[in-house]
Amino acid sequence: MTLPLRVTPTLMFGSRRALRLIERNLYVYRRTWIVIVSGFFEPLFYLLSIGFGLGRLVGNVPGPGGAEIPYQLFIAPALLASSSMNGAITEATLNFFFKLKYQKTFESILSTPLSVADIAVGELGWALIRGALYTIGFLGVMVILGIGVSPWLLLTLPAALLISFAFGAVGMAATSFMRTWQDFDLIQLVVLPMFLFSGTFYPLDAYPDAARIVVQLTPLYQGVDLLRSLAVGVVGPSAIVHAVYLAVMGIAGLIVVSRRLDKLLLR
Amino acid sequence: MTALGHVLEHRAVQYRRTFRSSAFSSFLSPVLFLTAMGLGLGGYVDRSGGTALGGLTYLQFLAPGLLAATVMQAAAFEATFPIIGGLNWQRTFHAMYATPLSPRDIALGNLLWMAIRLGMIATVFTVVIVAFGAAHSPLVVLGIPVAVLTGMSFGAPIAAFSATQRTPSKFNVIFRFGITPLFLFSGTFFPIESLPGFLQPIAWLSPLWHGVDLTRGLVLGTLGQNPAVMLVHVIVLATIVAVSTWAAVRMIERRLVRG
Amino acid sequence: MPETPSTSLIHARGLTKRFGEFTAVDAIDFDVAPAEAFGFLGPNGAGKTSTMRMIGSVSPITDGTLTVLGLDPRTNGPQIRARLGVVPQQDTLDTELTVRENLVLYGRYFGLSRDECGRRADELLDFAQLTERQNDEVEPLSGGMKRRLTIARALINEPELLLLDEPTTGLDPQARHLLWDRLYRLKQRGVTLVLTTHYMDEAEQLCDRLVVMDKAKIVAEGSPRQLIERYSTKEVTELRFPPDVQDSLDGKLDGLAERIERLADRVLLYADDGEAVAVAAHERGLKPDTVLVRRSTLEDVFLRLTGRSLIE
Repeated sequence: MTLPLRVTPTLMFGSRRALRLIERNLYVYRRTWIVIVSGFFEPLFYLLSIGFGLGRLVGNVPGPGGAEIPYQLFIAPALLASSSMNGAITEATLNFFFKLKYQKTFESILSTPLSVADIAVGELGWALIRGALYTIGFLGVMVILGIGVSPWLLLTLPAALLISFAFGAVGMAATSFMRTWQDFDLIQLVVLPMFLFSGTFYPLDAYPDAARIVVQLTPLYQGVDLLRSLAVGVVGPSAIVHAVYLAVMGIAGLIVVSRRLDKLLLR
Repeated sequence: MTALGHVLEHRAVQYRRTFRSSAFSSFLSPVLFLTAMGLGLGGYVDRSGGTALGGLTYLQFLAPGLLAATVMQAAAFEATFPIIGGLNWQRTFHAMYATPLSPRDIALGNLLWMAIRLGMIATVFTVVIVAFGAAHSPLVVLGIPVAVLTGMSFGAPIAAFSATQRTPSKFNVIFRFGITPLFLFSGTFFPIESLPGFLQPIAWLSPLWHGVDLTRGLVLGTLGQNPAVMLVHVIVLATIVAVSTWAAVRMIERRLVRG
Repeated sequence: MPETPSTSLIHARGLTKRFGEFTAVDAIDFDVAPAEAFGFLGPNGAGKTSTMRMIGSVSPITDGTLTVLGLDPRTNGPQIRARLGVVPQQDTLDTELTVRENLVLYGRYFGLSRDECGRRADELLDFAQLTERQNDEVEPLSGGMKRRLTIARALINEPELLLLDEPTTGLDPQARHLLWDRLYRLKQRGVTLVLTTHYMDEAEQLCDRLVVMDKAKIVAEGSPRQLIERYSTKEVTELRFPPDVQDSLDGKLDGLAERIERLADRVLLYADDGEAVAVAAHERGLKPDTVLVRRSTLEDVFLRLTGRSLIE
């Protein structure tokens, strides 16, 4: 059982011990309103503490385009990107693994006209809807706190969904290869370093050149930089590169998971 | 006493399965966090000058706080699912009750195991802190029991609550509106003096704040600056742990007898 | 044959269990003799599980007296539990341990050394026919295997008394028969079995004596055969009519049998010679859709005593 420090905001309390499928389905409905309400409070807490509280210690940092920006403007989009990633991964791994392992959920669906690819897209779609609700809450809090009022901010919503899409699809693909709950630790092993080192808390200027290039190739950085550019209002061709990267990542993930589901379920 | 030993043995054998990955991540997690936030972010904090940290580098400020906070989160997790699973789903607690064990043995045994797990995590974290050069006093070793005390000040009350629940639905609320805000505003990442004036006294209600301040004093050797305050921290934490352990035992007992 | 308190393994007088306003067990009396197989038969909610939990010394009695193995559960709970084996209604196996580990670790709770636990585990795995699966996870086992494992686990402390709460509920016929076979062998070894069930075939197969419970009370007591002789006839003739005909049968059946029961979908005619009843019915001009002649079972006993069937 790994117990990583939960600094990241998450869309859902992901527990590996939640074994009761029936209770989960039941309280998913009850949870929906809590998700909406806490989708407001969680970003509020994080932005106030890490954004302003910690921000007071840090002052201004170099943002996209080189100009100095207040810390809360630096970190807010990064937190949003991280939580989009985390929420999608939690949904796409725990939830998905659970349904796969107790296969009856998918087996019965497959005896209808639905195909395996439909299942993959459907599961992902649900994760995206929840992600959208959370993102709207987050953006609302940002606006209320006066963090980042560039007109590009509206595009942050589809951009955050793109992040969720990319990580959700890859998450499901990874999950389709897993066999026990222990394998989830491998996912954390990848997610945690990405979260900490992708220019989330501090600019990439802190790294030596070689490291900086490596980080820039990683997916979370793509998402963080994309959202940060939009929030700050410094949007260039790099934003398009980021978007394409994430889209391709997501599509690749969907293809892989469809093929895997084919093999696993249609025997 | 041997009854407690049997419970511990049972939990230990269960733990064997996940031991390796758990040990690895309880080492890796602090290393990553201290590197990223302590050193990476710390560079920017230290660079910006300012006296908010009282002369400490950000790494020195952050490390002990993070130790207490990590143990708190671990406690919160250990106090929910193993308890609710043992009473409702796997019902292993009920299986234990059909032996010569008493409900009190079962409750105390599992709480004791929780404390042991927290101790393991705290020990590894402390070793990492020392390796990063962020410890400035031999008293850093006492940081381990203090971290465990802090963790149990969350674990025991949450365990008492878990024993009354049949589904995990309310855990979400505890985490969202309890653990997370406490985690963020208890002086781990920034001093509570940075909080707006009216919120500062509220921080004193947070058991994590007591743990963080106390741990910081031990790791950095600054206990002497405010011995009375440190003593208050210890008393508050100890009281919470004592009262909530009693409550947890009562709640688990009730559930076992009721079936 | 009720034993005197000093020789009974379990002795209960006026045993009562209340949960607030609700009375789950209402002042029942019973005795269980050593090495017998004793059953509590009754529908769900009759109070069987509550009674079992009191015997198992995990639920405090509200009123009356109860001695188990000569001891008082109120003061000697742990000592009693040390000599019991319990097979609960819901499995309480540890899914984080393997099959074998479940046995060994449970044995440790009784203070047995690790070697002893290992030795007994090997024997029990053989008894439960689970030796080949001993290093497997518990979760993927079939329902029957899990139940056998639970029974094996309940035997690790070599108990004098084995309590089984609805042991074969949810199992397929093959698994049930295998389980009955194991339990029968245990009885031959001298282990006292106390079980609850709502399956009359289980009660008839396994029990030397049983009590019938309904709505917190004991309504009858005796061996399966005694109960059938006392409360029912030797045979039963079941007649099934179309619904509209069934309703207008009043008077037409009088005198055909010793006792007549009208159920929702058929009529039961109780007599010592079922064939004769069937013939007589035919001679009266009755034209049932189906005719079935069978022997009386405990189901009929229960119907007679309570007016309801065992399975709701």
